[in-house]
Amino acid sequence: MEKEWGELSPDGKQEALFQRWLSPKDPEGNDLKFQSPEAEKSYKERITRIEDAIQMKKKPDRVPVIVIPSFFAAYYNGMTPQEMMYDYDKLYEAFRKFTLDFAADAHIGATAPGPGRFFEVLDYGLYAWPGHGVSPEHSYQCNEGEYMKADEYDALIQDPSGFFSNVYLPRVFGALEPFQMLPFLPGILEIYGVAFNFIPYGLPPVQAAYKALFEAGGEALKWAGVLGAFNGEMASLGFPQLWGGFTKAPFDVIGDTLRGTKGIMLDMYRQPDKLLEAMEAITPLMIKMGVGAAQMTGQPIIFIPLHKGADGFLSDEQYKTFYWPTLRKVMLGLIEEGCVPNPAAEGGYNSRLEVVKDLPKGKTLWMIDQSDMVEVKETLGENACLLGNMSSAMLHLGTPDEVRDYAKKLIDTAGKGGGFILSNGAFFDHAKPENVKAMVDFTKEYGVYR
Amino acid sequence: MSKELVNAIADMREPEALRVAKEMVEGGSDPLAILGEAREAMGIVGQRYEEGTYFLPELILAGVMLNQIADMVKPQLAEAPDVERHGKVLIGTVEGDIHDIGKDIVVFMLDVNGFDVLDLGIDVRPEKFVEAIKDFQPQVVGLSGFLTLAFDSMKDTVEAIKKAGLRDKVKIMIGGGQISDEIRKHTGADAYGKDAMAGVSLAKEWIGAK
Repeated sequence: MEKEWGELSPDGKQEALFQRWLSPKDPEGNDLKFQSPEAEKSYKERITRIEDAIQMKKKPDRVPVIVIPSFFAAYYNGMTPQEMMYDYDKLYEAFRKFTLDFAADAHIGATAPGPGRFFEVLDYGLYAWPGHGVSPEHSYQCNEGEYMKADEYDALIQDPSGFFSNVYLPRVFGALEPFQMLPFLPGILEIYGVAFNFIPYGLPPVQAAYKALFEAGGEALKWAGVLGAFNGEMASLGFPQLWGGFTKAPFDVIGDTLRGTKGIMLDMYRQPDKLLEAMEAITPLMIKMGVGAAQMTGQPIIFIPLHKGADGFLSDEQYKTFYWPTLRKVMLGLIEEGCVPNPAAEGGYNSRLEVVKDLPKGKTLWMIDQSDMVEVKETLGENACLLGNMSSAMLHLGTPDEVRDYAKKLIDTAGKGGGFILSNGAFFDHAKPENVKAMVDFTKEYGVYR
Repeated sequence: MSKELVNAIADMREPEALRVAKEMVEGGSDPLAILGEAREAMGIVGQRYEEGTYFLPELILAGVMLNQIADMVKPQLAEAPDVERHGKVLIGTVEGDIHDIGKDIVVFMLDVNGFDVLDLGIDVRPEKFVEAIKDFQPQVVGLSGFLTLAFDSMKDTVEAIKKAGLRDKVKIMIGGGQISDEIRKHTGADAYGKDAMAGVSLAKEWIGAK
């Protein structure tokens, strides 16, 4: 008799999620039909290879290799980022060709570009995207700002959902500005005067905001359908999607898109206790975000982009006081529920390696960007599987021979004994296709464990 | 000289620094002397950043303190302070890239180190850099960029400067998230700085040499 989810140990839960990933379903909930026995075999081999690398109990058959691009698939197919964001057929075709041509061990789906029309309908102000603030040929970019004010920590701590609904989202989505008028829901307690709470829903601006939401939701459904079909086809051809979802470090939640870089850095000095309290309040929410996604998609690996803790951004003391504790809690919370946290240490993490090593062995996957891979293997790499770190500069400006040389170095050092997946170190837009091909093909050949 | 203000700023004690500055202003201290102490503190901050005891948060807080003190002092100044400027630096984030935090830190550190800085902002086309070089006549040009697309925008900007016959009139430095020596060569720039202090060192070296 199969155990109930709640009765499983964390290891049992991780095993259960890997099993779900190994046995994909179609949209109707039936077992996915692979397009050939070879495709099914490849699919399971690829996941097993990745699982073995992550769990660090034994070496996989060879070093897995994954390509993790930003808008590269657009340029590779001779289209602009704008085309990918507005024409879902082109989006599908571009990612299909990219995934099948390079044939790595996993893909990251066609999610990254996003649905341009959706952003328009809701008047998204947090980012500029091709055709809206940046040229059609360029990637989207964040409009940093203080979207949460310095005196709003208590509001966030006491009622995060209410803060997001009535304060934050109205600032970030122009069409949701009327949500500032929405009622304070925990006040809906008694028959006496209850109808007053619902007046906002009768006001034209609020109704307009809901109409925009209905339209945006429809667009989101359309786009998600395309992504789902893409993932399904790739799986049926033998290519697993890497991530079950994503979450964030609480410090980055506040520092990226709420207070902004300048805001949070001043807060560390001006109101450190409030900042710490807010990050503690956010921690269970970030765990829930990752765990919920893994449950929904049936895939254990949860991506965590790490931003403001990179070398140079914070002192060792500040990192250990403000950045690491809640990030670690989020990661442990994910592990507790069978997920595999996949933090991406963007920038350099050379000064952080001894600190972040403090994690259970064989439970995490760290994407490494500019850190010294040899150093990383000797510290963090004792406990964690490493992913990386072919540089954007190398892929864009180097030669296939240089790429192969570096891949060899990586496999010989970081790959020693297992616990390593080769990939690019940072999300890249531009690269010479022959370099990306060299990275993948060389790893498949030279990365075999004997 | 008690140096109370210098120490408060350099040690990141904002409430104390602002209180001391206010007392000095209300006590009739020479406004230029107050700014002088603030600048001295910035020098210490920059040094500590170079030594690796201060990081980005301290540069940001230092800048915020300096701006607040400058605002306190401005009404006291009879005319704009004739602060000696070592040289001119033109800086901007290249075309297609809208990242500016790193650039703003560099601008701040250059300004605090006595350079006359013209910041062209973000997403700056090569032609705009060329125009600005003709008008502002800097000795140093700084190109900032964070995305991989910036490598080519930087190259185009250096090309445009060359085409306008201005390449030998300026020294060009680049900086940003993914910058390396490979990229410097690709762009045709003279040097790259891995952080704000490197940018200041390069400017000092080049302008001092002239």
